[in-house]
Amino acid sequence: MHLYNLTLQKGGGIQCAVYGNFSAPKAQEIVASRNKVLELLRPDDAGKMQTIVSTEVFGVVRSLSAFRLTGANRDYVVVGSDSGRIVVLSFDKEKSAFVKVHQETFGKSGCRRIVPGQFLAVDPKGRAVMIGAIEKSKIVYVLNRDTSANLTISSPLEANKSHVITFAVCALDCGLDNPQFAAVELDYGDADQDPTGEAAAEAQKHLVFYELDLGLNHVVRKWSEAIDNGANHLIAVPGGGDGPGGCLVCAENFIIYKNEGHADVRAVIPRRSSLSGDRGVLIVSSATHRTKQQFFFLAQSEYGDVYKVTVEWTPGSETVSEVKIKYFDTIPPCASLCVLKTGFLFAASEFSNHALYQFQGIGDDDDDVESSSATLVETDEGYQPVFFEPRALRNLHPIDEIESLCPVLDAQCHNLTSEETPQVYALCGAGSRSTLRVLRQGVALSEMAVSPLPGNPNAVFTVKKNIADEFDAYIVVSFVNATLVLSIGETVEEVSDSGFLGTTPTLSASLLGDDSLLQAHPGGLRHVRADKRINEWRCPGRKTITRVACNNRQVVIALSGGEIIYFELDSTGQLMEIEKLETNGDVACLHVGPVPEGSLRNRFLAVGSFDSTVRVLSLSADDCLQTMGVQALAAAPCSLLMLQTREGGLYLNVGLANGVLLRAEVDRVTGQLSDTRARFLGARPPKLHGATVRGQPAMLALSSRPWLGHVDLQRRFALAPLSYEALEHAADFTSDQCPEGVVAVAGSTLRIVSVERLGDAFNQTSCKLRYTPRQLTVHPDRGIVAIVEADQSSVPYDERAGPEGVAGEKKVKEESAAKMEGVEGGGVEDDDDDDDDDEFAMTPAEQFGAPKAPPGSWASCLRIVHPADVAKENGGAKQVIEMTGNEAALCACHVYFPVANEVFLAVGTAVGLTFAPRDCDGGFVHLYRYLEDGTVTLVHKTPLDGVPGAMCGFKGRLLLGCGNALRLYDFGKKKLLRKVENRNFPNFITTVHASGDRIYVGDVQESFHFVKYKREDLSLIIVADDVQPRHITAALPLDYDTMAGADKFGNVFVARLAQDVSADIEEDPTGGKASGGTLNGAPRKVEHVAQFHVGETVCALTKGTLQAGGLECMLYATLMGTVGALMPFTSRADVDFATHLEMHVRQENPPLLGRDHMAYRSAYFPVKDVVDGDLCEQYVTLPAETQRAIAEEMDRTPAEVMKKLEDLRAKIA
Amino acid sequence: MATAADRFNINSQLEHLQSRYVGTGHADTNRFEWAVNIHRDSYASYFGHHPMMQYFALAENESIGRVKYNMMQKMLLPCGLPPERDEE
Repeated sequence: MHLYNLTLQKGGGIQCAVYGNFSAPKAQEIVASRNKVLELLRPDDAGKMQTIVSTEVFGVVRSLSAFRLTGANRDYVVVGSDSGRIVVLSFDKEKSAFVKVHQETFGKSGCRRIVPGQFLAVDPKGRAVMIGAIEKSKIVYVLNRDTSANLTISSPLEANKSHVITFAVCALDCGLDNPQFAAVELDYGDADQDPTGEAAAEAQKHLVFYELDLGLNHVVRKWSEAIDNGANHLIAVPGGGDGPGGCLVCAENFIIYKNEGHADVRAVIPRRSSLSGDRGVLIVSSATHRTKQQFFFLAQSEYGDVYKVTVEWTPGSETVSEVKIKYFDTIPPCASLCVLKTGFLFAASEFSNHALYQFQGIGDDDDDVESSSATLVETDEGYQPVFFEPRALRNLHPIDEIESLCPVLDAQCHNLTSEETPQVYALCGAGSRSTLRVLRQGVALSEMAVSPLPGNPNAVFTVKKNIADEFDAYIVVSFVNATLVLSIGETVEEVSDSGFLGTTPTLSASLLGDDSLLQAHPGGLRHVRADKRINEWRCPGRKTITRVACNNRQVVIALSGGEIIYFELDSTGQLMEIEKLETNGDVACLHVGPVPEGSLRNRFLAVGSFDSTVRVLSLSADDCLQTMGVQALAAAPCSLLMLQTREGGLYLNVGLANGVLLRAEVDRVTGQLSDTRARFLGARPPKLHGATVRGQPAMLALSSRPWLGHVDLQRRFALAPLSYEALEHAADFTSDQCPEGVVAVAGSTLRIVSVERLGDAFNQTSCKLRYTPRQLTVHPDRGIVAIVEADQSSVPYDERAGPEGVAGEKKVKEESAAKMEGVEGGGVEDDDDDDDDDEFAMTPAEQFGAPKAPPGSWASCLRIVHPADVAKENGGAKQVIEMTGNEAALCACHVYFPVANEVFLAVGTAVGLTFAPRDCDGGFVHLYRYLEDGTVTLVHKTPLDGVPGAMCGFKGRLLLGCGNALRLYDFGKKKLLRKVENRNFPNFITTVHASGDRIYVGDVQESFHFVKYKREDLSLIIVADDVQPRHITAALPLDYDTMAGADKFGNVFVARLAQDVSADIEEDPTGGKASGGTLNGAPRKVEHVAQFHVGETVCALTKGTLQAGGLECMLYATLMGTVGALMPFTSRADVDFATHLEMHVRQENPPLLGRDHMAYRSAYFPVKDVVDGDLCEQYVTLPAETQRAIAEEMDRTPAEVMKKLEDLRAKIA
Repeated sequence: MATAADRFNINSQLEHLQSRYVGTGHADTNRFEWAVNIHRDSYASYFGHHPMMQYFALAENESIGRVKYNMMQKMLLPCGLPPERDEE
C-alpha cells in the first residue's frame, strides 16, 4: 500500500505569534507559527485578518522573535526550531515568501533537553540574539551589518551552566550599553544528590543577567539573585532613557520588578473572587505597548483575565517606586498577545478561534480593581490577595474572529443531510468554547443579499456607466421574454431610463468604449450612447443572434445558421462591422477576452462548435477571423472563458456538455492550444463566468455545484468548489459595500455573494457545546449524532451560580435582544455589530471559562444533535442530558440488540476519574432508547469497576474496553449482562473496532491487538499484536486484516496481518492458544505497511470521498486543527512519479527552517511508503529553471509535472 | 591488543561525552539516575512539541501555560528523592 499525504486545511491553532513590520515599513503584520506552518497575517482595511503567506516548514517551530537593525525600517524573524539551527528569515514582498537570510547550525536536531531552540530573546536594538535550551545551554549570536547593509551573524558565544533548568528568557533594554539578557534559572545539581530532601527544599530559582561584552566579544554571567520560586515568565521593561530598564518577573500570584542593584518591587496579581484559595494565578502571555510618551504591559492569566501592568518611575534616577496591576478585560487564554501600533490587539488563543480586538480604552477607568506594590499588605498567612469580579468587555471591542478548528478531538465523515458530497462532523475546542463543526468541502460564500424576482431569470449582467467608475451602475436580469434593469445605489431598485430594451431577453449587456452601453438581444445590437442616443443594428432576414461575446471595444456575434460577425468600436465611438465568417453549423459558444492594457483589441476569439471542437480565431486586422488553433474535445463545448494570469500566461477554459472543465494554454503568438487539463466538475455542463478575486481575474464555473478558479496564495491556479447551492448564471459585481462580489441568479432569486476566507478548504457551520467533547457516534439508520462531553475540574453547568451558568446566558440573550431593538445593551459586546452575526456573541461562559472545581470533579453531558438543524439558531441541540454523581461520559456508540430488536445508544462513564495514576470510583454504561421524536430516554445503568475507554457493537452485543479488560455484554432487562471477558491487555483500551469474528483493540501504550472471538467456548483470544509501542489515539479499520492508527506523538501508520498469518488465524482451531505467546505477547505479529509523521497529535481518523468522482481517502484531523488526507495510490506509475518528485524537491528545495525533510517525516519511526504531497506541491513554487531541471530528470515537461500534481489533488479534493 | 594508553583514551572520550551530553550513562549509573534522566528528557520533549502540551492541557482542562509551568516544576525531582547511597 502506498499513500499520498495532502493537507486539506492547514492547522488553525497558533502556538506563538510576533508583531512587526515585515513586508514594508509601517505594515502592521504578525508572523504566526502554527507548529509546522509559518504564516504572515495582516489586518485589511476592513479589520479582517488576512493570511498573506502560509509556508509549510517541515519542522517544529518552538519559538519566534522579531527584530530590526538600528536605522532599518523592516523586521527580521528569527526562529527557534527542532533543526538544531538558528534561522533568520526576512519577508520578500516580490516573491511573497519568507526568505532565509541566515542559517547557523549549533547542535543536534530534535526537541532535546540541551539543544537550544526553546527560548529566544533578541536585544531591542537588534544587536544580539540569545537562543536557549531548557537545560544548560544558552548561545548568543552577535548581529551586525556589513558594508552593503546586509545582516551578518557572528559565530556562537556560549553561556552554558550544567544542572540548570531555564524557565524563561528575555532581552533587557539597556539602550546602547552592552546587550543584556535575563533568565529565570533553577539549579537542580544538589537536589539530585541529596537523599534527605533538604537540598530540594532549599532549591531556589534565580534571576540571572547575562551580559554580552561587545568589545571583548564574550558573554558573562553578570548578576544573579534569588527570586520567587513560582517565577515562570519575564517581561522586559523599557530602558535606556525611555524607562527604568530591568524586568518584571511574573510568578505565581505576583509580579515583581527586578533590576541589578534595585530593591524588589512586588505587587500581587488580583484574583477572581470565585477562585478557590489553593489555586494560584499564573501569567501565561504578555504584550508590551510602547509609545514615545509612555509604556504599559498587558499580561494575561491562565484564566484569561488580562491585566494592565504599569511601572511608576522617576526619570533620571531610574528607580521604580511602584508597580500597579489593574484588571483590564477578560478574553479566552492566549498563546500570544500582539499589540498593533494602529490600536488593535491580536489574541492568538490557545484553543479555538482567534480574535482581533480594537482598543476602546486603555484601562483608565477608576472603578476597576487595581493592586499596587504600595498597598501590598503582608499578613501571617502571606500577602493579602486582591479580588475582582470578571465583567463583560469594556476596553476591547472584538472586530474579527479568525476561525480555527484547533483542537479536533474526534471527526467522522458522513453524508447525513443528503448532499452531493459528504460532510465532516468534527468535535472541536476545549472547555466552554467547544463546538461541533460541520465541514463541507468548498470555499464559503457569504450572502450579502437575496431578493426574489418575478419568474425564473436565465442570465444576469452588471454594467458600469463609465469606464472610470469604480462601482457597477446596473444589474441587468434577463428572463425568457423580458429584461429587468436594476440600478445600484443606496438600495437596488428597478429603473426604466437606462436605455436598455425591456421587452426582449438579453444575451449580453456591457459597457462599450468609455461611456456607452451595449445590449445584445436576439433581434440585434442596441448601442446606447452616453447622451441617450440609440444606434440599433438589426439582424438580417429571419436570422437571430444566438451567441454574443464582447469586451470594451470588440463585439462578436453568432447568428442562427452559423454566421459569425465581428464589430469593432471606431475612433468616433461607432460600432463598425469589420468582418464576417460563414461556418458550417451553429456556433455553440463564443468568447473574447478583455482588451489588454495599451492595446486596441484583443487578438483572440474562441469559438466552440457542436462538432466538439473549439477554435481560436484571430481578430487582428490582417488575418481577421482566420483560424489559429484548434482543439478537438470529448463532448460539445457549452461555455468558454479566457483568463490571463499576472505572470502573462493565457488560458482557455472550456465547459463541456458532459460536465468536464477543460483548461488549455493559448500560445500568445501563434494562438495554438497546448497542455490541456480536464477535470470533472459535476452533472451539469459548467457555465463559465469571469470574476475578480483579490484583484486578480478569476473564474466561476457553474455546474451542479459552483466552482471558483483563482490564483491562490502559492500563486498557482487553483480550482476550488464553493460551498453554496447551484447557480444559474453569475456576473462580477463591485459596489461600495462589496468590493469583490458576484451577483448570481438561482431559481427565482437574485443573490449577491462574496467569497470569504479564500484559504479555507472547508465551509463550517457550528453548534456550541458545553464541555470538551470526547467522542461522537452516528445513529446508523436515522442519522442522528450523539456527542459525549466531559470536563475535568469544572463546575457543572446547572450548578453554576455566576454568570457562566444558566442565569448568565439568559441575561446575555435578553440584553442582545434589547440591543436589537435599538436599546443600548449593558456593555455586552457582540463579535460584530450586525444583528445577524449574533451567533458569534460570546456567552459569559465562553468569555470567562467555566468556573474551576477541585481536580477529580467532573462536569459532563450527553448531547443529541440532528445534523439538519445545526445551522439553526438554537444550535441544533435536540437534547442535552447532564451527567450526575461526578460521572464523566468518555465514550459512546450505537448498538443493535436483536433481543430488543432496536438500536440503543450506549454511553460509558467513569466516576471521579483522575489521571496519573489513572483511577476512578467505578463507572457505568448508560443505555438509552430512542423515541419517535429523536430524543433519548434512559433504559438502565450497568455499573463497572473501571474506566470505560471505548465501545463498539459486535454481533448484536456490546464490546466494551474497561481499563485493561475487554468485555462482551448482552442486553438485559435490568442491566447489561456480562458474557465474556479478557483481562490480558497491557494498559488501557482506547479504541475498539470489530469486523466479522475479529476485534481490533488499540491500547493506550502498546498499539493494536487483533482479537478473535470464539463462539464455541465463549472466549476472546488475542491472536496478534504489534512489536512497536504505539500510544494509540485513533484507529480506523481499513479491511479485515488492516488497521490504520494514529499515536499521540503525531504519527499515522497502517498495520496489517500478512495473508498467511491471517489465514492461519482463521484456520487455527485453538485461535493461537496452542502456539503460545512469546515474551508475554501474542503468538503472531502485525506488519507495518505504511508509516508517516504528521507532526501533530492526530485524534481523529475517518474514511471518506470528499469529491464527486474522487477516491476514497483516509482523513485525519489533529489537535492543531489540521485536516489532511492520505490517498491510496491506484497505479504503480503514480507511485513512481510521486516518489521521484518528492526526492527531487527534497534535494532542490530543502525546508525553510533547516530540518531535513526525510528526518522530520521519520521523527519517531522511519517513514514508509507515504509520499508527502505537501512537499511535492512546493514544486509549483520553485523557480522555472529548477522546475525544468527536475522535470528533465523525470523525462517530463514542467507542465506535465504540474498537471500530474493537479490530478493527484483532484482525486482527493 | 588493547594497551594502557588506549584504555586511557577511551575513558577520556567517555568522560568528554558525559560532560558534554547530559544523561550519558556510565558503568555505575543506577536505576534512579536513569529514571530521572528519562523523565527530564521526556518533559523537555513534551515542552518542545506544542501538540503534546495541548494534549495534556485538554486532559487536565488547564491552560497550556499552566501545564508548561507544572511540567517545568517537575524537572526538579521528577522521580522523588534520590535513594540513600551505600557507604563504601
